[in-house]
Amino acid sequence: MLELRGIVKRFPGVLANDRVDFSVRPGEVHTLLGENGAGKSTLMKIVYGLYRPDDGDVLVDGRPVEIHRPTDAIALGIGMVHQHFMLVDTLTVAENVAMGMRSSRRPLTDLDVVADRIEELGERFGLPVDPHAVVWQLSVGQRQRVEILKALYREARLLILDEPTAVLTPQEADQLFDTLRAMTADGRGIIFISHKLREVLALSDRITVLRHGRVVGEVDDVGAATRESLAEMMVGRQVKLAPDKDQARPGEPRLRIRGLRVQGDRGVEAVCGVDLDVCSGEILGIAGVSGNGQRELAEAVAGLRRPSGGTVTVDGVELSTASPADTHAAGVRYISESRMREGAIGAFTVAENLLLVDHGDRRFHRRGLFDDRAIEEHCRHLVDQYQVKTPALDTPVESLSGGNIQKLIVARELSARPNVLVASQPTRGVDIGAAEYIHAQLVAERDRGTAVVVISEDLDEVLALADRIAVIYEGRIVDIVERTDANRETLGLMMAGGHPTSR
Amino acid sequence: MSQFFSQAILIAAVAGGIRLAVPLLLAALGETYGQRSGVLNLGVDGVMLLGAFGGYFTVLELGNVWLGLVVGVGIGAILGLATAFISVTLGAEQGISGIGVYLFGLGMSDLLFQKLVGTPLPIESFPKVPLPGLSSIPVVGEMLFQHSLVVYAAFLLVPISTFVINRTTFGMNIRAVGENPEAADSVGISVARVRYATVLIGGILAGVAGAALAIDLGIFQQNLTNAQGFIAVALVYFGAWRPLGVMGGALLYGMVNSIVLQLKTLGIIPRSWSDIAAMAPAVITILALVLVARRFRQPAALAKPFVRET
Repeated sequence: MLELRGIVKRFPGVLANDRVDFSVRPGEVHTLLGENGAGKSTLMKIVYGLYRPDDGDVLVDGRPVEIHRPTDAIALGIGMVHQHFMLVDTLTVAENVAMGMRSSRRPLTDLDVVADRIEELGERFGLPVDPHAVVWQLSVGQRQRVEILKALYREARLLILDEPTAVLTPQEADQLFDTLRAMTADGRGIIFISHKLREVLALSDRITVLRHGRVVGEVDDVGAATRESLAEMMVGRQVKLAPDKDQARPGEPRLRIRGLRVQGDRGVEAVCGVDLDVCSGEILGIAGVSGNGQRELAEAVAGLRRPSGGTVTVDGVELSTASPADTHAAGVRYISESRMREGAIGAFTVAENLLLVDHGDRRFHRRGLFDDRAIEEHCRHLVDQYQVKTPALDTPVESLSGGNIQKLIVARELSARPNVLVASQPTRGVDIGAAEYIHAQLVAERDRGTAVVVISEDLDEVLALADRIAVIYEGRIVDIVERTDANRETLGLMMAGGHPTSR
Repeated sequence: MSQFFSQAILIAAVAGGIRLAVPLLLAALGETYGQRSGVLNLGVDGVMLLGAFGGYFTVLELGNVWLGLVVGVGIGAILGLATAFISVTLGAEQGISGIGVYLFGLGMSDLLFQKLVGTPLPIESFPKVPLPGLSSIPVVGEMLFQHSLVVYAAFLLVPISTFVINRTTFGMNIRAVGENPEAADSVGISVARVRYATVLIGGILAGVAGAALAIDLGIFQQNLTNAQGFIAVALVYFGAWRPLGVMGGALLYGMVNSIVLQLKTLGIIPRSWSDIAAMAPAVITILALVLVARRFRQPAALAKPFVRET
């Protein structure tokens, strides 16, 4: 139903798509797989009319078409569920679906007609949602249903989903897959973009792998593919999806959290009485869907957010009311989930960012001024050791890739030889290669005797790194399990608020 | 103080308050359309001033109050389009460009007045049209139903605007564009077209508001509006971007103004105090604003130009 032939798209200095061929047949899920910057989103934006290709043909049902804008794509039966939802929060579900469509009662709206159709479609494809609910009241999973309904309401025969599961709980993702299967059974085609290899394997009929804008592999027999083989195609070399690590040898508890209560940005309690112990030489993984108090918990431990109750003790020193500087001094280091907002300053250079935390250290000063030579030596050493790919030390950080910025932050925080390390979403949006490296560093840090906390929404990451796993839901720890006892299904259930049934 | 509560004066105060609220109501309703679609137009007062001069001059020359209003519409439309061009097409910083429009209107209206008229001559005002039946209700009839057609029309615009914003596809598009222009754009709604339309409506209503003010007072002078255009912008916040709330704010301002005027006329407020008393409406409006408006959320894309990524 859709065929792309020799698509070329150039941006200044980058060849984003280099003679890409791609096709979708009715009734199949065709996955587009690739690292960040491999050209997946560019290709889909061309299909959806947001970009114009520099060369190549787009064919729909065998006929060449020109897609200048999203409405052209919609008219051709192509729908897209964006990674960032295109919904108006203050409008109802029905209004969002009706938006931009010709009303049968112009100039008045025909929302009751739209609502009926929404319920009909919802029933048929397993997308239950109240048409009269206002969007801001809906959960993320429900909002995604609204996006899919928007496309179905516009009679989309081909649906593009850009990393749809990034925001979902495992259960919600399963529901989504059921919906997608109902759609393919109905003869519709799906383009699925994801880098979660497990679900790609579970869902896809065909897989096309992009690297540096080029098609490097096509998998027609998905049953024969493995996560490792796909990762190798994406990266171009063998990768370890889980770091090699020995059995943990936990020592004494270094981080003790007791009855911790923390308020969120809106004054609502986000962490509601959390008790945790993290020992020297172990990695505690905190699994949970984002927005369940993880950020507030991490910031409280890092000294960036003052708890409203409870204690945080590191090596016997009570820190819950300590300043960020005192928390640093106690050896607590934090890798923030928002790289560019809290982890690094984009306009600053690589060297400046490496010094961001320790610029007051005496090593870097001489007669009250910065000692440029000592700084350069320190930074050069870190850049080499942590494999940060940068043209120079005075390159602004914002021109580096996400993976390299993250490596820089990891270098900065680990070089301080912390006692307690809190790493929040350490590899989100990071290439597989860089993720592999960061994971290895976190394990090495554990083996050095640091108490490591890894907070992640990615269950695979938690399972790969953690020695013990705590599941957080609505500001409370649902349960803590040993890695060896953990399985994906029960963890997924707990992440959605379900309590462990029997153990 | 007791004489203030005599029936005749009370009726005059309320009726006067309603009359004084009309220019504000018109301008603020127009601004509501713009802000709901994400355009903050701070130039309202400038448009009002030019509309006021245009209306005044037309009536002075041609002697027809309705033609005066039509000229107000025309001037408002031209300035509305100019504002839309600046803030939508050029994507200018809306707070600053609005002040530019205001200063242009302030200076231009005075210049034209000095060149074309010079000495203020009184003009004819709108004829009163008592509504049959309703106007003969005692007290209430005199307060509410013995006004000019402009007054009735202005208040009629309140339910009409509520209906347009909430029940029509145009209104739905306005709300969508004001909250999330990217989302609206992605389903084929032209953000620029919607915003041009709302800013044009805002300009027309501001022009009419100015003309109505000048013709109602029967006079023009420099800075006739006395910053009422800015109060109108504030009233949109006060009214939480809803026509009914905006009307409440306009009536509050009109009533306080009218009462102060009555108290001054009666000598209850001493002459030496009159300047301070003249500030009362603005002060009370601002206080009310601070107390009321913070409870509501403004349109998420307010004052943010929309540029489609390429």
